[in-house]
Amino acid sequence: MTNNGQSSKDQTPDVPSAEVRAADVALDTAGGAMGPSIVPVSSQSGDPGHQEGNVLRRIVMGNGFVSVLAVIVALFLGGLLIASTDSQVAKTAGYFLARPGDFLQALWAAMTESYVALFQGAVFNAREGFKPLLETMTVATPLICAGLGVALAFRAGLFNIGAQGQIIISATLAAYVGFAWHLPFGLHLLVVIIMGVLGGAAWGAIVGILKARTGAHEVIVTIMLNYVALFLLDFLLNTAAFRRPGDNSPISPRLDETATYPVLIPGSRLHLGFLVAVALTFGVWWMLNRSTIGFEFRAVGANPVAARTAGVKVSRATILVMAFAGALAAFGGVAQVAGTEKVLTGGVAAQIGFDSITVALLGRSTPWGTFFAGLLFGAFRAGAVQMQIQTGTPIDIVLVVQSLIVLFIAAPPLIRSIFRLEPKKKNKTPKAAPKAALANASGGAK
Amino acid sequence: MKKPLRATLKRGSMAGVATLGAAALLLTSCGQAPDAGSGAATKSDFLGCIVSDSGGFDDQSFNQSSFEGLKKAETDLGIQVRSAESKANSDFETNLNGMVSAGCNLTVTVGFLLGDATKAAAEKNTDKHFAIIDFAYDAPIANVKPVVYDTAQAAYLAGYAAAATTKTGKVGTFGGIKIPTVTIFMDGFYDGVQAYNKAKNKSVQVVGWDKNTQDGSFTGDFEKQDTGKQVTINLLDQGADIVMPVAGPVGKGAGAALKEAKAAGKDVKLIWVDSDGYLTAPEYKDLMLTSVVKQMGEAVETVVKDDKDGKFSNTAYVGTLENDGVAIAPFHDLDSAVSAETKSELDALKADIISGKLVVESKASPKK
Repeated sequence: MTNNGQSSKDQTPDVPSAEVRAADVALDTAGGAMGPSIVPVSSQSGDPGHQEGNVLRRIVMGNGFVSVLAVIVALFLGGLLIASTDSQVAKTAGYFLARPGDFLQALWAAMTESYVALFQGAVFNAREGFKPLLETMTVATPLICAGLGVALAFRAGLFNIGAQGQIIISATLAAYVGFAWHLPFGLHLLVVIIMGVLGGAAWGAIVGILKARTGAHEVIVTIMLNYVALFLLDFLLNTAAFRRPGDNSPISPRLDETATYPVLIPGSRLHLGFLVAVALTFGVWWMLNRSTIGFEFRAVGANPVAARTAGVKVSRATILVMAFAGALAAFGGVAQVAGTEKVLTGGVAAQIGFDSITVALLGRSTPWGTFFAGLLFGAFRAGAVQMQIQTGTPIDIVLVVQSLIVLFIAAPPLIRSIFRLEPKKKNKTPKAAPKAALANASGGAK
Repeated sequence: MKKPLRATLKRGSMAGVATLGAAALLLTSCGQAPDAGSGAATKSDFLGCIVSDSGGFDDQSFNQSSFEGLKKAETDLGIQVRSAESKANSDFETNLNGMVSAGCNLTVTVGFLLGDATKAAAEKNTDKHFAIIDFAYDAPIANVKPVVYDTAQAAYLAGYAAAATTKTGKVGTFGGIKIPTVTIFMDGFYDGVQAYNKAKNKSVQVVGWDKNTQDGSFTGDFEKQDTGKQVTINLLDQGADIVMPVAGPVGKGAGAALKEAKAAGKDVKLIWVDSDGYLTAPEYKDLMLTSVVKQMGEAVETVVKDDKDGKFSNTAYVGTLENDGVAIAPFHDLDSAVSAETKSELDALKADIISGKLVVESKASPKK
């Protein structure tokens, strides 16, 4: 332990860092009622499956402060980008030396106007009050649902890239029931939801079954199933059953009024689906932290080999968690067709399935984290409209800013080094290591 | 390990950035400052707005042409312009609502996907005007002007010209996605070829589309030029020597495939769509037989001008050969490849279509 570099170098290859170990311990006991750890997480440090779990957890664990800083840095860089595309800034830069004040003013105006417009479109403006906030919540609804699905699978150690396909399948089924069947009010919506969710759950379960029975990697399976779902939808939209009578365009009839989520606040688009998303967030939190099955999921995610040794049926948990993940994403698909769009088109899932992966990561794979990350993304989406219309900022720049935020959050060391937060942590590492080891030895019996 | 890296990053990159920035400033910032008092030219307070579908304003197809039409109206008529690109179908409604709250007098929406959203916005805001490109409603709405094109008319002429020019007796076409605005090109093209066969007792075949079964080759999107190239190579392998891609930017993939075939000694030709490809895709101009042109920019500008002058109506604008809303482009460099006889026949056909003597029908034709 003569120098820090040396010791950390020695540790990295097979022994997880103190931070991660501590996280493991916390995970083991988070179940509270579950009693002392049945999963000796850190004892199999050489196991490849365990290493994979560590990488995942290293990405998703971090402190909220870093996230806030990441957003600030991204907003600043985004502001510079916005300014660089602004014609006034370019014009005044041309005579910067003659009158620098103009340039700085234009720069400031470009940066602030865009973000003011973003805020006005996403949260509050003088003309409409808090109506934009309702829009943010509307846009966030499918992102939250699908994000929960991705987060849940992450917690069980599975990279669920398949939210897109799960959304498409559920939206297809839900929409079909919505426009082809004519049922009374209440029952119709219920049937729409059930069909959609069953479809998504089945689509997710296929992945779980293939993973559990044949060992096929869930990433490739989910990506391929996304394609299957997408082109299946394209095909269906070209069949008479899914098209409007007398119309050749690939767009379905509108869903019956009885099949759609009721609007919560008149004058806005906010629908019942948002409350469903809140309930789902709570449900997933409860499942992960209070239920046996949730504990099993986390145990499998932490260390499948140890979980098996401890009596958890790993294959059953894999299939179940993917079915649950699919069902959660399916609520996103239902929110699309029964909440906002009310028709089925080839673009019904937009990029929600892929955005939900970032939402889940941004929320550090916790249910409430995902919920608020979804709201943040929803705010960006809703605000982007005003940003475009009011200031003429290209929507692509808005998406660049969003991507920057995720990039900074996925790389906490970068933020830490920009703000010089690293040294504190570095001094801690060697001291903390023995403590963590101790905690492990005692089996987390606190 | 980390520390030196960070230090290098800090010192090296910051110094680099600073130097670069200073250099850029020095190079670009020596211009004269404008007079402080120069006000903008007097502008009309008419606000014309446009909402794209998910293709965006750089789709080299109807979004782009419509946007350019509005931009032209901005310079020509001195109106103000707002634009919103949709990234997903769920953006349509929000974008339209945003336009309404921005106070747009006329909002142009592009494509059938926006049909429902435009209808909803129009019914909610009866004091605002809307125009929708490439879509018409079964029941007209008082404040929505549909702008549609009977593209089959122009494609018919292109099909006839292709049939008269082919050396292999086979011509090909493929689409991006099987939607009416695409298949209407292919239907017209197909019928034009059949008309030639009937008139000359020939049997030129169309590969890639069959009007009767409404089935043919599609690339699946309007983005992947690579797929367009593969499909074109397929069509060439089947013996076609003239290809009409109806797939927006994917047409460039077809251009690339044909260029390679030509370099390999084959006599192949390309028929562009939407705009005159000789001008808009000049890298393939030596292959360009003709283009099936949809004058979308002009239509948008006209609609804006009419509305500004208080002459808005909800009667559908149907682009035809008669009003030059659709047309075939000049043969340009390949003028010599088309015989004088064919040219006069094309003129006669055009006159017949305009007079109504000849009706070009397609399942995808605008509803009358």
